[in-house]
Amino acid sequence: MNFLQPIGHVVLDFFATTGRLTLFAIDGVTHCFRPPFYGRMIVRQMVEIGYFSLPVVGLTAIFTGMVLALQSYTGFARFSAEAAIANVVVVAVTRELGPVLAGLMVAGRVGAAMAAEIGTMRVTEQIDALTTLSTNPMKYLVAPRLIAGVAMLPILVLIADIIGVLGGFLVASYKLGFNPTNYLQSTWNFMEVEDVVSGLVKAAVFGFIVTLMGCYHGYTSRGGAQGVGAATTNAVVTASILILCFDYILTEMFFAGK
Amino acid sequence: MSAPAAQAVKIRIRGLKKAFGRKVVLDGIDLDVGVGESLVVIGGSGTGKSVLIKCVLGILQPDSGSVQVDGEEVVEIDADGRERINDKFGMLFQGSALFDSLPVWENVAFGLLARKKVTRAQGREIALAKLAQVGLGPEVGQLSPSELSGGMQKRVALARAIAADPEIIFFDEPTTGLDPIMADVINDLIVKITREVGATALSITHDMASSRKIAHRIAMLYNGRIIWNGPPAAIDNSGNPFVDQFVHGRAEGPIKMAVRA
Repeated sequence: MNFLQPIGHVVLDFFATTGRLTLFAIDGVTHCFRPPFYGRMIVRQMVEIGYFSLPVVGLTAIFTGMVLALQSYTGFARFSAEAAIANVVVVAVTRELGPVLAGLMVAGRVGAAMAAEIGTMRVTEQIDALTTLSTNPMKYLVAPRLIAGVAMLPILVLIADIIGVLGGFLVASYKLGFNPTNYLQSTWNFMEVEDVVSGLVKAAVFGFIVTLMGCYHGYTSRGGAQGVGAATTNAVVTASILILCFDYILTEMFFAGK
Repeated sequence: MSAPAAQAVKIRIRGLKKAFGRKVVLDGIDLDVGVGESLVVIGGSGTGKSVLIKCVLGILQPDSGSVQVDGEEVVEIDADGRERINDKFGMLFQGSALFDSLPVWENVAFGLLARKKVTRAQGREIALAKLAQVGLGPEVGQLSPSELSGGMQKRVALARAIAADPEIIFFDEPTTGLDPIMADVINDLIVKITREVGATALSITHDMASSRKIAHRIAMLYNGRIIWNGPPAAIDNSGNPFVDQFVHGRAEGPIKMAVRA
């Protein structure tokens, strides 16, 4: 029965990691609500996550919107349903592509950087140093990042929504020959508050996932440069997978039965 | 350095045990550090010297045993109590462990700012004074730790360790990675500063020159236990073959180095 051993190992490992991660998350979230608060750190992380992610998220959004318009045109033209393009673009961007793509881009940019920074602090004993200097590392390093992630991702996604719809508008009116006024009018008509809000809620969840994964893998990294490298990879991979999982779960919660 | 007369106990360690998996690192440590005393724990690499310090600091949780600071048990203490105890501590890390996202002065003032005892302006003033104490000019305060040499980083780390005027300072391999001259400079600073601050010092090192210079008393850690302790003058005639081998740095002797892990 030796072949069962590795399977058991993987299963046990999975549950152990899930448990550790849950405890870490609870600890981190509790510190978000208990003073002292490190305002300086929160602002710094907000700038890092929100402001410096704008270019990459904006570029992703504009090209996604442009491609959506182009793709749906070639598809819908066969059924003479070109008029639905504005609808497709606005629904797809606000509900799905805005939050998911922004989440994935931020996971790559911010999650990796967090894991690398906190991981390096771990292996160079800087986290131990925080403890000896009367500072709780969970409160000083993890809580500000979680707060900044949950606060900034929705704002990023709101901007991504606008830029994405703009991308679709540009392609539709300058390349596909739509009347700009009509296109904007139908975009406005088709846009539902619920679509946008569900996208923003998703964004907040993704912001939590990305920052939690970055912090957790950095915080628990071991063994020098190689350990930090592994932590960085794990942070991005687990965050990306969890974003896609939770995207489905949240979509089901919002729109199932409609 | 001669030992101070008063010998009230500052740190009392009894039966301290710590194992990682099946590997037993500390196997019942008994050790006292007197008020104002400088105790140096020597021992080979991987004998658990760092683990010992981390158990006292609360960074690692010991499996069993007792650690008392000023007569107060700190092993099972709650988070608030730990914070209060750690306020008495200053720690110089082996790799300096400076925060590279902050300028030098903020590193030095970090503990003071964290406790909200001082404003940023006051913290900065204190930081510059502490830097002067370790022989660094005010212009260093603006630099980032990565712009400094190893010896300067050690000095900044020392300034950070003493910034809050701790009652107890821990030194983890204070001279490792430094050239012999810089190592001696750091040793002199440690002696000077612990005397100025009036602090109790617990150091770990494998550098004999350093331990002779900074210790009132030397204790040797081997196989998870303290096998010898006494004044630096007695270490050359300890009559203990393990201590003899370590002091003279001989490969032959009762201590067998695990060449293969």
